[in-house]
Amino acid sequence: MRKLSPRSVLLGLAAPVGALVFALLVCAAILALTGKSPADTIDAMATATQRPRTIANSINSATTYYLAAVAVAIGFKMKLFNIGVDGQYRMAAMLSAALAGATFMSGVPQFLRIAMTIVAAMLVGAAWAGLAALLKVTRGVSEVISTIMLNAIATYLVSYLLNPARLAQATAGSNNISTRRIDAGGQVPGLPYPGSTSKVFGLIFLAVLVGVLYWFVLSRTRFGFELKATGLSESAAVASGVSVKRMVVYSMLISGAVAGLVGMPQLLGSSYGYALDFPPGLGFIGIAVALLGRNHPVGMAVSALLWGYLDNTANSLDVAGIPREIVAIMQGVIVLSVVAAYELVRRYRVRAEQQEVGRALGRTKTLEEVSS
Amino acid sequence: MPHQADTPAPAVELSGITKRFPGVIANSDVNITVRAGTVHALVGENGAGKSTLMKILYGMQPPDEGTIAVDGHPVSFGSPADAIRAGIGMVHQHFMLADNLTVLENVVLGSEPRKGLGLDFAAARAKIRQISDAYGLGVRPDRLVDDLGVGERQRVEILKVLYRGARTLILDEPTAVLVPQEVDELFGNLRDLKAEGLTILFISHKLDEVLSVADDITVMRRGTTVASVSPSGVTARKLAELMVGSELPVPELRESTVTDQAVLDVRGLTVVGADGRTVLDDVSFTIHAGEVLGIAGVEGNGQAELVEALMGIRVPTAGKITLADRDITRASTRHRREAGMGYVPEDRHRQGVLLEATLWENRVLGHQTRPPNARGPLLDRRGAKADTRRIVEEYDVRTPGIEVNAAALSGGNQQKLIVGREMSGDPVVLIASHPTRGVDVGAQAAIWEHIRRARADRLAVLLISADLDELIGMSDTLAVILRGRLVADHDPATVTPEQLGSAMTGAGRED
Repeated sequence: MRKLSPRSVLLGLAAPVGALVFALLVCAAILALTGKSPADTIDAMATATQRPRTIANSINSATTYYLAAVAVAIGFKMKLFNIGVDGQYRMAAMLSAALAGATFMSGVPQFLRIAMTIVAAMLVGAAWAGLAALLKVTRGVSEVISTIMLNAIATYLVSYLLNPARLAQATAGSNNISTRRIDAGGQVPGLPYPGSTSKVFGLIFLAVLVGVLYWFVLSRTRFGFELKATGLSESAAVASGVSVKRMVVYSMLISGAVAGLVGMPQLLGSSYGYALDFPPGLGFIGIAVALLGRNHPVGMAVSALLWGYLDNTANSLDVAGIPREIVAIMQGVIVLSVVAAYELVRRYRVRAEQQEVGRALGRTKTLEEVSS
Repeated sequence: MPHQADTPAPAVELSGITKRFPGVIANSDVNITVRAGTVHALVGENGAGKSTLMKILYGMQPPDEGTIAVDGHPVSFGSPADAIRAGIGMVHQHFMLADNLTVLENVVLGSEPRKGLGLDFAAARAKIRQISDAYGLGVRPDRLVDDLGVGERQRVEILKVLYRGARTLILDEPTAVLVPQEVDELFGNLRDLKAEGLTILFISHKLDEVLSVADDITVMRRGTTVASVSPSGVTARKLAELMVGSELPVPELRESTVTDQAVLDVRGLTVVGADGRTVLDDVSFTIHAGEVLGIAGVEGNGQAELVEALMGIRVPTAGKITLADRDITRASTRHRREAGMGYVPEDRHRQGVLLEATLWENRVLGHQTRPPNARGPLLDRRGAKADTRRIVEEYDVRTPGIEVNAAALSGGNQQKLIVGREMSGDPVVLIASHPTRGVDVGAQAAIWEHIRRARADRLAVLLISADLDELIGMSDTLAVILRGRLVADHDPATVTPEQLGSAMTGAGRED
């Protein structure tokens, strides 16, 4: 929204960095109180960082988190709270996995097959979010309530469909059931990461593309302008010829479509099927990442990386005898304190700018000056 | 509080108050003595430092220098709570009431009466009734604030302050949102309060009001008090000179520019509100190119609904709107704007600007589909910025740049930006609701001049205003709206504000 000046960049960083430091202090205090050594924890995390695998996995988690965050941010930008990203991506991942793994898909060329899978996921995600949009514009149902309920419905619908009698089959030698495995012709090859057997999701490029499109649409198009205007003041947007109902529908559909992408890197890059152990809860992580990244395309990328990194170093804490839950505590504290910090910075900004304007202008003109 | 019979100490005495913001001195050496049991007016242009001074007195900001004494005792306020404890209450210009709560709930909010663990609403209700009766406020505790008119809401605000035990009331531009009849009622209330021994500090820049209600007047200019006068020894003209150092501008049109080409034609426009009440009833009028049609009326008689129906924000129940021979009754707000309808809304913060967006983004607002702001589906950022610079220049928007947020500008400058924006892109009709409300004299004169110039350039204007001098001075044709109907036409050349005022209230009408 504003020009980059050293001061505004510094102000922009003050809140997240401050929140991070605060969260570190809180966690250190909790560790110390429970008789664990904060130094050991940092040590364990630092050791984990040196393993290339941790980094590769962090990047992979971040890819997923970033897509979830963008999905949430599209709604946030117009004060629409799409809490349903979680249900949307699970429905989308499940149904597109069934499509991609279907026998008739084997004959389709790889590129087309991947494209079809992704488009199907976007359509399913958009449709699931569209239900909430429809309820909001026709019946005035709060999207918060409806998307939370749709999450629950999605959970049951997915477990109903993920059944050998329907879209799934039992995995040999385990209790897991999964959609039919997507064979090599439908997979997205990963990128090797030096020193690690884990590959980086090939669909990281999809996440980057989504980020670039998000930035472009919001700051360069009329649609993006109307979206932001609606978020800043619905009444002003209406008076300016923006159809708020239409904006609600469009932004929910787009948010849902992006939510549909959330499961794709994992599905096409590593799981190759939607199984009982497909990662849940990504939609809620998306909310936290979007909050921390302030809905900014780059900010959300940084916070997605941080989130992924924290999640993946948590594993190494167990080894060091430190409860891994400390990472969840830290993430929670970061989100809570960053929300408070952003508000403080925002108020400071408004005041500073008013003073700046006052300083630049001196006093109001008197009548003589105006009429002369 | 016991009353002293012989010369009581001043209710409030401010001496040598100075307040600096980085680079700006908002108040310098301000001295005011407010006698107990009087209405004391503080007048000055916007930006003269009145608001800063009141924030200091209300404990919202500490002064850099100077002392405050209440009832003769020196005090120092760290927060409004301290000020309230010392018996000073503030009624803000913008009401701070929760619409979906009742009067009772609003009044007790933050100082809830407790009885054990529960809330003692019965006691609060009795206390509200008692205060309301004692000062003739006519406030009913169980009504929903949403259902109250502007004047009633203001009385609730006053009652809220009295409920907290205030003996000195600060009223920040209380008449800015009121029409003449409501102003009279308010002044009646103020006299009642005064009679009960309360002290009123009244901030305004409307001189005739000040002269009619104040016992003492202090004039501020450029952050300092320049004069303390008594209303009996001063004229409005003299006060104006003290305020701005020159005469006030007068709204007036020069020669008629009215043509016979109808631009906006409205037939039988009817709007039924959500509650089934007819808020706009069979309204018909025509505005020609180069004509200003003024609509006078007490607030809440259908003006807002008329404007919103014209702009396509509210769907009319019946009627037809024609813009330059095109039926736009069912057209969307965007289509109307693209067809050349400009809109200066009544409440600029609600409908006119995005406070947390830059000036150039605010230039785009409402014009986002047209050059110079857009090229197809893309925003033309460069074009929008260049045109914002032009508006800032031509409309004298006082700002250091176009990248600052609208919230950083004063209300008058925001309004100039809005007027500049709505006059851009060759509008054929301008719907202007209170275009000069809350702006200072200089900006007011500038806005009038722009409307005059556009009118000479064949613009058709619908002007709604609570300022009767503005209406009479700026209109070619005048209509009065009462309970949703256009009830009378007046010739602005001959009508007086008094005649208009009585037509607005329906006095002198046969039915």
